[in-house]
Amino acid sequence: MSVRCLFLCLWLCASAHAQGFAGLGAPAKGFASPVRGGELSFPADHGAHSEYRIEWWYLTANLEDSQGRPYGAQWTLFRTALTPGEGGGWSDPQLYMGHAALTSRTDHVFAERLGRGGTGQAGVRTSPFGASIDDWSMKSLAAAEADPLSHLELFAAGPAFSYRLTAKSDRPLILHGDRGYSLKSASGQASYYYSQPFYKVTGEIELNGRRTKVSGQAWLDREWSSQPLAADQTGWDWFSLHFDNGEKLMGFSLRDSANGFSSGTWISREGRGIPLSRNSLKAIPLAYTRVEGRRIPTRWRIVLEARRIDVTLRAINPKAFMKTSAPYWEGPVTISGSHPGQGYLEMTGYE
Amino acid sequence: MNRAIAMADEGRGTSLVEVREVVKTYSTSEGPLPVLSGVSFDLNAGVSLALTGESGSGKSTLLHLLAGLDRTDSGSIRIEGTELERLGDAELSALRRQRIGLVFQQFNLIPSLDVRSNIAFHARLAGRLDPSWRDELVERLGLSGLLNRYPEQLSGGQQQRVAIARTLAMRPILVLADEPTGNLDEASAASVLALMLDLVRASGAGLIMATHSLRIAGQLDRRLHLSAGRILAC
Amino acid sequence: MLTVALKALLSHWVRSPFQLTMMLIGLSAATALWSGVQAVNSEARASYDSAASQVAGERFSRLEAPDGQDFDEENFIRLRRAGWLVSPVLEGTTILQGEAVRVLGVDPLTLPSGAVSVDPAAPGRLGAFLSRPGLILASADIAAKLSGRIPQTIETSEDLPDGTVVADIGLAQMLLDRPGRISRLIVASEQRSGLTALQSLVPELELRAPAAANDLARLTDSFHLNLTAFGFLAFVVGLFIVYSAVGLAFEQRRPTFRTLRALGVSTATLSGLLVFELGVFALVGGALGVVLGYGVAGLLLPGVSATLEGLYGAVGPQSLTLRPSWWISGMALSALGVFAASAQGVWTIWRMPVLASAQPRAWARASRAVRLWQAGFACVFCAGALILLQVGNGLLAGFAVMGGLLLGAALALPLLLSATLEGLRRLARTPLTEWFFADTLLQAPRLSFALMALLMALSANVGVGVMVSSFRLTFNAWLDQRFVADVYVSARSSEEGDRLFAFAAPRVQEALPIWGAEARLGDLPGEIFGVAVSASYRDHWPLLEAVPGAWDRVETGGEILINEQLARRRDISPGDVFVLGPGWSARIAGVYSDYGNPEGQALVEISEFRRRFPDAPRLRYAFRTREGDTDAFMRSLVSEFGLPSEAIIDQAQIKAVSRRIFEQTFAVTAALNALTLSVAGLALFASLMTLSSMRVSQLAPVWAMGARLPGLAGLELLRTAGLALLVTLAAIPTGLGLAHVLLSVVNVEAFGWRLPMHVFPGDWLQLGVLSMIVALASTLIPAQRLAYMSPSVLLKVFTSER
Repeated sequence: MSVRCLFLCLWLCASAHAQGFAGLGAPAKGFASPVRGGELSFPADHGAHSEYRIEWWYLTANLEDSQGRPYGAQWTLFRTALTPGEGGGWSDPQLYMGHAALTSRTDHVFAERLGRGGTGQAGVRTSPFGASIDDWSMKSLAAAEADPLSHLELFAAGPAFSYRLTAKSDRPLILHGDRGYSLKSASGQASYYYSQPFYKVTGEIELNGRRTKVSGQAWLDREWSSQPLAADQTGWDWFSLHFDNGEKLMGFSLRDSANGFSSGTWISREGRGIPLSRNSLKAIPLAYTRVEGRRIPTRWRIVLEARRIDVTLRAINPKAFMKTSAPYWEGPVTISGSHPGQGYLEMTGYE
Repeated sequence: MNRAIAMADEGRGTSLVEVREVVKTYSTSEGPLPVLSGVSFDLNAGVSLALTGESGSGKSTLLHLLAGLDRTDSGSIRIEGTELERLGDAELSALRRQRIGLVFQQFNLIPSLDVRSNIAFHARLAGRLDPSWRDELVERLGLSGLLNRYPEQLSGGQQQRVAIARTLAMRPILVLADEPTGNLDEASAASVLALMLDLVRASGAGLIMATHSLRIAGQLDRRLHLSAGRILAC
Repeated sequence: MLTVALKALLSHWVRSPFQLTMMLIGLSAATALWSGVQAVNSEARASYDSAASQVAGERFSRLEAPDGQDFDEENFIRLRRAGWLVSPVLEGTTILQGEAVRVLGVDPLTLPSGAVSVDPAAPGRLGAFLSRPGLILASADIAAKLSGRIPQTIETSEDLPDGTVVADIGLAQMLLDRPGRISRLIVASEQRSGLTALQSLVPELELRAPAAANDLARLTDSFHLNLTAFGFLAFVVGLFIVYSAVGLAFEQRRPTFRTLRALGVSTATLSGLLVFELGVFALVGGALGVVLGYGVAGLLLPGVSATLEGLYGAVGPQSLTLRPSWWISGMALSALGVFAASAQGVWTIWRMPVLASAQPRAWARASRAVRLWQAGFACVFCAGALILLQVGNGLLAGFAVMGGLLLGAALALPLLLSATLEGLRRLARTPLTEWFFADTLLQAPRLSFALMALLMALSANVGVGVMVSSFRLTFNAWLDQRFVADVYVSARSSEEGDRLFAFAAPRVQEALPIWGAEARLGDLPGEIFGVAVSASYRDHWPLLEAVPGAWDRVETGGEILINEQLARRRDISPGDVFVLGPGWSARIAGVYSDYGNPEGQALVEISEFRRRFPDAPRLRYAFRTREGDTDAFMRSLVSEFGLPSEAIIDQAQIKAVSRRIFEQTFAVTAALNALTLSVAGLALFASLMTLSSMRVSQLAPVWAMGARLPGLAGLELLRTAGLALLVTLAAIPTGLGLAHVLLSVVNVEAFGWRLPMHVFPGDWLQLGVLSMIVALASTLIPAQRLAYMSPSVLLKVFTSER
């Protein structure tokens, strides 16, 4: 899922370019690059990797209230480094950006926070695990011997919303690609990428002044890298799907000037991740919605022949657009067809 | 009036007006334009004289020279024996104020004054307003109902009648009129002219009138025809 | 066809270059004065805006330490982690490569948008701004001086006031050597609900409303309104010129219009062509006007800056940039002017029948009915002004009253003139005098616009003159009273101040400490001074209002004196109790006048002051020397005590400085006054010139009947002088009315003080002469033309075919 790094790149890119910094198309000078076969180790790798340029802690939750009304919640902390390593106070090159959103059928509210690592305004610690920016936080409530990510508490708030959620999982972490080494393009860009897709969630949301108890399931993505995408890649579509039969599917498709690049991971009920062979996942847009002056596909057909999956994704709220520093579409979907269920959809690069 | 009477009139006294070899040339953008090239004639008091000729023949210029509004290039004009060429601007102005009445084709009246004040104006300037004579003029010219009006509220014929009243009110010895009926229709022209001739005669003043109408000229005692700045025939 | 018709129309202007010139002059003068004033205003506003917002957060609520000192940045983190959207600012001065630089440190990641006039988070800048060694945004002067001499990249920003740089807060802490410190926290205007209260999170900080910037804006607004009012007056006056030129051109071209119509040019086409023609004039006049306006603005700017700095302590604009908005507004204004001035003409053409008389009618004579209507409106305006004077309040109401007065007087003028002339005409005994008055009566309506313009300009002159003279008189008297000491000295440190006091005390008759501290008086920024109550104060300090024994009460009763500005702003008077700050309220013993100070001020007894402000610097002293000993004492301060001579100011010097500031304050007003008067003169000149060609037919009969031309020319001069005199006489009461409004309404609102009115009739005599000179100067050319007019021109009137 290194595609998401594009945000941060977009955000800082212009700065870097204009100031005559090394172009981001080339391997980043001074930053570490993911290596195939590099063993991930936990809980250390839950924390920040300041020698890599970009990283995120990205949780999306499909929720519903007692009347069965669906909601989506997003909690994201991005990290980007101006230079590798850490520094004290204001001169810390580690910058953080938080995005939080709450989506219902009729509303989509979001907020953005920015801050620096060195001052204590934002950051990630490993023991006990906690990621935060301002008053937004993702804290571990797990017992000492358990994986810190197996039990989380999340909080975020904006002018028109807030939520506090507890997420628990009894299944293992899923390492994507080759033991967490995830290839992102034909030309070899890659990232470290693992997920915890098995959360059961309970909690309370507040939307436009109304508090509601909710429950559901959630998916956490952890990813870090230093390499941005190829210059001809114009955007991507990313899916995280919870099927009702307990199986999960993560898939992404990168749009470029040629045939594109798609990949993903099929995850069994028990928590076994099997990488998809390259370009075996087919994602076909079916219907578009005009949002914020852009034409965005909000209904998709997803086909994975190897698993006999042929489903249709429908956005719960087609207007789930994040008008943040780097704008994108991110929202909950319902799944119908061969494998009914629910999930999250993310799309960037639509004009 | 026939020639015999005219001759008799001429013998009646000394000349009111003596014009001798008057030359006047205007400078224009196309070079000098000779208007009068040696004009001579006399006029006795109480006689009316018509100046006829085509447009540009010098009728108006001659009248202006007679009124002292402009100056000759050479030759002389005497009025009551006074040579105008010898007079300064102040004396010429005094001459106009005291002796000469002018009636033009248009713009005779002072727009800011009402008819009553216009009629009295020249006489008051001359310092000899005779109210009974003025009232008689008003009466005879049929202006009684118009005294409080302003010039812009009058028809062309009315304006000219006011101009005549104003001129005669100061009892001039010489009346100079330049196409006084030129802007009027035939009927009002005839009545204005008749009134004018009548009143000038009654006042005993000399009259020189420029006109291009032979019919009008025929109503005056004498006639001079100007052509190309010279007198052709009498 | 269009080209042919247009050529026919335009040929008029080729044949009447004077009319064309007058119209363009009028148009560009009107546009120039207006856009010049607007330019100065917008420059000044831009300069406050950058001044106000580069202080970062003046427009936002902010958290500060009560003493205004730095505090720990930990407060920032604590508030952020509690959910408060706050952003840190560090401000200070340092020397970089020998240059004094005001450094403003901000955190672009949390800075609310619009808090600073520059945007450090702009794409292409943020990365470098946050990195080290970093990027700083600098004002042009600093950028030029520092470029390449410090490790940081420098980007020039036009929006920063001179001597200022904006840097990342971390870099600013380094440059200012204040690690971990911040000056204030900007509080974003939108915060989520349910947050822990600020008092319990950061009890040691105070939340301050975004008031200071508003104070400055409110104060300077009055000044700008003042300028705008004058600019508008000048614009209206300039329009009269355009009106007369356009009006004449329409009149004179009636035969052309008729011919064109007869030849098959439709009304619509003809009107269209005229509108096109006027559009071209608007364009040319507007462009000229904007360029001239730039010149006017350049001329006014130094004075405006001096005034703003002297009177308000605001950072005035130093340079002029030709902004595109001026071009647009200047052109728009010019077009508005042209079309307003020619609407009547175009309307007439639109309605004119083909066979209408081609004879040029004189301009519609302002009939009695029109004059009565004007008088009716005049009454409405004056009554409105009077009512507003009673019930309205505020600066805008003050200016509205002035506008009502001016318009009322201007509209009443034609009736006044015609009544006066009618009366004089009745008195006339000779035909020529009668004609003179009758003719003046006929001319007056045609000149009425120019005369109204003159009236407005003269009234403004009288009004402002009375105000400035009154002010000067009061101010000088006050200066003489207030600066009682002979020598004023500033020490360089409190310690030196103490030594200075010890040194000087035995050598002088009285040594008076003047210790002050910036403080908030209630919720207004201001100063508190500590004074040692002595005979000098008791005898000389001018009190406007006081309770009996005021000085004793200050000396022993803990009471205070406040300045008039504070008293008016808070609506308090002697005997009231005033809350100076937390835990400190005091009864007011008296109110003193304090001209030239924008802020509130309070005087307290010196020991009380020391108790309240133990850390306030003890730097300034005033000394009353022994008779004739001033020079010797000043010398001893330099030679024996070792003070630099520039630290010592004697009374004469301080008064001179004060008077200079005073004179500068009104220099701009005086300049605008003079400009307006000259435009009014120009309007009169244009009207007379355009009338002079129409007057030939009115003068010719009089001349033909024996009146002499030089005499008539003399009458023309006399007429204009007489009219100017009448207008001046009308302007005096109007001007006094204006002065009253200026002194008792506008000044109180604008500056916070009220002044007694002092009238100097000698000035009016001067003004009368001045207006006569303006009038005569404007008639000189038409009169001279008339005096030497060739008879043939006059004779044409009687004969030429029209």
